[in-house]
Amino acid sequence: MVVRRRPQRGHRYTESPILELALQGWRSRMVGLLLMAAFLVLLMRAFYLQVINNDFLQEKGDSRYLRDIEISASRGKVTDRNGDMLAVSTPMRSIWAIPSDARTMSGEQKRQLAELVELKPRELDARLASEKNFVFVKRQVPPQVAEQIAALKLPGIHQEKEYRRFYPAGEMTAHLVGFTGVDDKGLEGVELAFQQALLGRAGARTVIRDRRGNIIEDVGATRPPRDGSDVVLAIDSKIQYLAYSHLKATVTESKAKGGGVVVLDTRTGEILALVNWPTYNPNNRARLSGEQLRNRAVTDTFEPGSTLKPFTVALGLEKGKYRYDTVVDVSPGRINIGRAVISDVHPHKELTVAQIVQKSSNVGTTKMALSMPPEAMWEMFDNLGFGKSPQLGFPGEVGGRLRAWKNWRPIEQATMSYGHGISMSLIQLARAYTVFARDGDIVPASLLRVDAPAVRGQPVFSAQTARELRAMLELVVMPGGTALKAAVPGYRVGGKTGTAHKLEGGVYANKYIASFVGIAPISNPRLVVAVMIDEPSAGQYYGGQIAGPVFSGVMGGALRTLGVPPDAPVQVAALNEDKGRM
Amino acid sequence: MFRLNLFLLLIVVFCALAVVTSQHRGRKLFQALEAEQEKVRQLDIEFGQLQIEMSTWATHPRVEKIARERLRMVVPPLQQVSRPVPVGEVR
Repeated sequence: MVVRRRPQRGHRYTESPILELALQGWRSRMVGLLLMAAFLVLLMRAFYLQVINNDFLQEKGDSRYLRDIEISASRGKVTDRNGDMLAVSTPMRSIWAIPSDARTMSGEQKRQLAELVELKPRELDARLASEKNFVFVKRQVPPQVAEQIAALKLPGIHQEKEYRRFYPAGEMTAHLVGFTGVDDKGLEGVELAFQQALLGRAGARTVIRDRRGNIIEDVGATRPPRDGSDVVLAIDSKIQYLAYSHLKATVTESKAKGGGVVVLDTRTGEILALVNWPTYNPNNRARLSGEQLRNRAVTDTFEPGSTLKPFTVALGLEKGKYRYDTVVDVSPGRINIGRAVISDVHPHKELTVAQIVQKSSNVGTTKMALSMPPEAMWEMFDNLGFGKSPQLGFPGEVGGRLRAWKNWRPIEQATMSYGHGISMSLIQLARAYTVFARDGDIVPASLLRVDAPAVRGQPVFSAQTARELRAMLELVVMPGGTALKAAVPGYRVGGKTGTAHKLEGGVYANKYIASFVGIAPISNPRLVVAVMIDEPSAGQYYGGQIAGPVFSGVMGGALRTLGVPPDAPVQVAALNEDKGRM
Repeated sequence: MFRLNLFLLLIVVFCALAVVTSQHRGRKLFQALEAEQEKVRQLDIEFGQLQIEMSTWATHPRVEKIARERLRMVVPPLQQVSRPVPVGEVR
């Protein structure tokens, strides 16, 4: 300090004695002290602001150059088993406005904006007339268009990033994949079922920006974004397309109300195809009806009719009451149970067990069923998964109806043996047939790709019973069977037809559900195909006539797609005269 | 003493200038990195869009239509299909 270094006080300024002031030393000391005190106050204040109470100022400072930025994460893709895209997100922009600012636009600017967002100038004006502080001008604008709008530098017009979901396979996979709402929220199908896995989590970072808005520096820790994980379905889009096109053609031709096809891989239980009609285009969901949205194969149950007979027959063989060639008396094509009468469409006198399946005899199946205890039948149905949700994880999946065996009356047991008084979804029916395709065990159906070569199942029947049933099912598509049209050239196939009356308000109406469920190739089954056509009304309605050809087309195409070698002797198969091998 | 102080002052000034330039260079590099990362994002977006475009062109109905109508392809009739018999297999 200067003061300290002075040798004498009050005498330095001049040599003139006149000017020599007789100041007392304490006065100068006093001034010095006061000044020091003032400095001290300033220092303390500075210390207070810088160290003790610095939050407020720090915040004010930060707000001038620090920015929090969100790093967006994209929703996961949905692909088929081979990686074909079924649902994929791409970034879009939403254009929004602060109306009070936006109204200052010139007429020319408004015209340009309206043109870019494809709105009529009148509509644009209506939106900007709002009293709110925030209105969307247009959502989901392609990025290129958004760039053009940004380049116009319009007052009060802002943009925000968002995503749009595309479904390249469109209506073919609509029911399965489902769709999302505008805010990336799954609303239907797989999009809803796997919402948690598909959803990404946005990251965040704090940065310093310069005057021109460039990012200069990262500050603190950044939280990296986590993209949603991809979901790989079991679907094979080629087989899906085959099933879709055959179903569509048949439903249109037979003037049916709807229909469904399910294709299962017998080794893993994977759902290779699942289609419904009517369907919709998930990319353009204007004017959707509940009819179109319904995933019938999973969420609707129906009484399957004769397609259930092979199970009753298998139980008869399994219990040792019948053999493949046991002859059953089915004359005169009718049987009375209490006051009810069960009859065959074509009366026969005597049929072997194999022929009961081949010719789909209600009387024969009834007789076999009534020779077995209800409990055994219930247990088999339960093992096959009827009356229980298939647990695919699919929204709205149902388990159908299977009543407890203790309340069964004989007539109920009889009708159940040929598929009435019991209901299930198409996927449950298809899955149940894997017991015949495999060696008597059943595997859970899977919506997702299974990366194991084969899955172990729950045994229901013995391998011997399954083999015998395969032989019987093969007879169905041979001369004398009910579904010649279900035959597939080059392959040995087997299956069972179903023609069931529809229940309407508790009464069986004169409307039908035609179905066919089959397996192929018989020598080493790879696929189960289940077809269901709801209310065919162009004359024909039998399962063999309506659903059989769909089965044949889908099965043939699918086996070829998968490269399964033909197992039927060529010349015989080509002529379709493969008679009674067993 | 004074000389030493002056010398130290010079060093301090020099260091301060060095800090300024390296900070500037750091920011330039950071901006370049940002630009590249932005490019990565843009390319990623474009890749996604091209994937969508590809799957739109490759939809099965379109492939089938072209195969059948323009290229006149058919599924071979069974009589024309022959399967190679692996060695040792008896038919």
